[in-house]
Amino acid sequence: MLLIEDLQVELAGKTILKHIDLEIKPGETHVLFGPNGSGKTSLLMTIMGYPQYKVTNGKIMFKGVDITHSPINERAQLGIGMSYQRPPTIHGLKTRQMVQICAKNKGKEEINVEELARKVYFENFLDRDVNAGFSGGEIKRSELLQLMAQDPDFMLFDEPESGVDLENIAVVGKTIATLLQKECASSASKSRLQQRLERTKMGLIITHTGHILDYVTVDKGQVLYDGVLSCSSNPREILRCISEIGYEECVRCTIEKN
Amino acid sequence: MYNREELAEKAKKAVDKRGAIGPDIDLNQYETAPVPHHYLADSDLCALPADEQQRLTMAGLDLTKKDRGGTYFQKDTSVIHCDSQQEGIQVIPIRKALEHHDWVRDYYWKLVSVDTDKYTAAAELELHDGYVIRALPGAKAVYPIQACLYLDKEGLQQNVHNLIIAEEDSELHIITGCSTSPHMKRGVHVGISEFFVKKNAKLSFTMIHNWAEDMQVRPRSVAQVEEGGLFLNNYICMKPVKSLQMYPTTHLVGNDAVARFYSIIVGSPGSEYDVGGRIFLKKPGNRAEIVARTISNGGTIIARGDLIGEVADIKAHLECRGLILNGGMIHAIPELRGYVDGVEMSHEAAVGKIAQEEITYLMSRGLSEDEATSTIVRGFLSVDIPGLPPQLKAEIDRAIQQSDETVM
Repeated sequence: MLLIEDLQVELAGKTILKHIDLEIKPGETHVLFGPNGSGKTSLLMTIMGYPQYKVTNGKIMFKGVDITHSPINERAQLGIGMSYQRPPTIHGLKTRQMVQICAKNKGKEEINVEELARKVYFENFLDRDVNAGFSGGEIKRSELLQLMAQDPDFMLFDEPESGVDLENIAVVGKTIATLLQKECASSASKSRLQQRLERTKMGLIITHTGHILDYVTVDKGQVLYDGVLSCSSNPREILRCISEIGYEECVRCTIEKN
Repeated sequence: MYNREELAEKAKKAVDKRGAIGPDIDLNQYETAPVPHHYLADSDLCALPADEQQRLTMAGLDLTKKDRGGTYFQKDTSVIHCDSQQEGIQVIPIRKALEHHDWVRDYYWKLVSVDTDKYTAAAELELHDGYVIRALPGAKAVYPIQACLYLDKEGLQQNVHNLIIAEEDSELHIITGCSTSPHMKRGVHVGISEFFVKKNAKLSFTMIHNWAEDMQVRPRSVAQVEEGGLFLNNYICMKPVKSLQMYPTTHLVGNDAVARFYSIIVGSPGSEYDVGGRIFLKKPGNRAEIVARTISNGGTIIARGDLIGEVADIKAHLECRGLILNGGMIHAIPELRGYVDGVEMSHEAAVGKIAQEEITYLMSRGLSEDEATSTIVRGFLSVDIPGLPPQLKAEIDRAIQQSDETVM
């Protein structure tokens, strides 16, 4: 479980997140909406532990451990993973090696990188430097491949649909659903109910378009407006509201909430 | 015309001539008297003390000779092992070659001038030995030839002259390791190398330096590549040295001749490296590439590169990237000279530090900060070198793995 209480965060001396309370229970996936610059990526980066995001108040608990000030790699080892929107290129480090690094974190020394890569049609990119000259869609598939190898319990997705063409959106969406144990595959041995009860993976997905909702059944929607979580509701309802009247309504909610 | 007396006369006039660049070495401080060592049989090679074996292995020498097509091994001033197991590939100590093979005289001091500076002069006046490696016309070496120049005697100035000849349509791969014995600290290595890549021949030359903290090193090398020839020159130095200065030059003298230089240098504290490459593109269709990756870990590194385009329809690129990790200095000096319309030449140079976002990216995949840093450093040093046989690629990868020890 992820539990965030009264979190306040500064970036370069400026407060960018205020009084954030958020709880994601095992098996739950939330989506995070919000206009550009509202602090969505900052929240993800803070949860992942990027040191430039300075926590000035509140705390982040994960699996009962206070990780508010833990270094990034400890959080990764504890089971938090992230799919980045614009990850850096690392020259000379092959995508294959990167996938192996991810698997190693999980204690899996021997993994079949090729087999894993085939699931996101990425087998032809394994011998290229990580992210070097990748298109938007290729970056997303590379990030998902890394997460598949890493197999975290809680996954942060920063705009997984952006820059992905219509053909690839299905691959991305279905892969995220699988990672979050949200796929609707029927199983001979287990009922749907049992599958749902056994679901443990948690997710927090930033989305602008909501396309991801076509592939992943999401439990809750959150709206971040000007550094404040202004709304927590049914994700479809939020999306419809935003697309019809925009984020103006969020301003009202934010004011009322405070 | 080969005239040893004339060469000696010329050399004598240059004995006090300083090198054009790099710190001056007072050669009077070092001994040059021959140091005799016994010739080693194959079985003796594998019976060398473990610490010596380790030094040799790190310099790329395979003592079992399993994956090598021939071996030249010189300790101090003496040749202690020399053979070739491949048809069409000759490996001969240069002194013996000068005595017994007239053809060698057509190559000796033909590209490097004996009066270049005091180091070339010393190599003529007090030549210890060196190797002649030659691939006969059409011969294709399956395995690389290995050469090792090893210093054991404290305070020695080792003078070596090498000739590497790839005859027409031949293919030759050489790995040469220079190293010092585990106890040795102070000495000088002077190495003259002349490379002849003839029509449509392919030569790869990979040099791994593994010196000691008080060693001064002055290689002097020039290559000539004829029509359709390819010269691949790789240089790796990950270990400390007091001072190393070299500026190998290649002349592309035939149409479509190609030269590629790759160097990987990690500069340790107290070490001074002045290393570069110069390629003259003289004929249409010439291609040249110089790639350097340098890391300063407290040392001083001057990374030079000079491309000279003399005719149209040539292409040349220079890439020089440096990382300063723990202090030190990197001075990148890329130079391009185009003399006519129609040359295509470019360079990119960068000196910087490891990007924090690359470290955090890897940390979010579970690596510690140190592991992330060394992963990035290894990546930085890994250059894809096309046309290198797998055994040599493996040697380079192995050397790069050792960067962890030096850098971290």
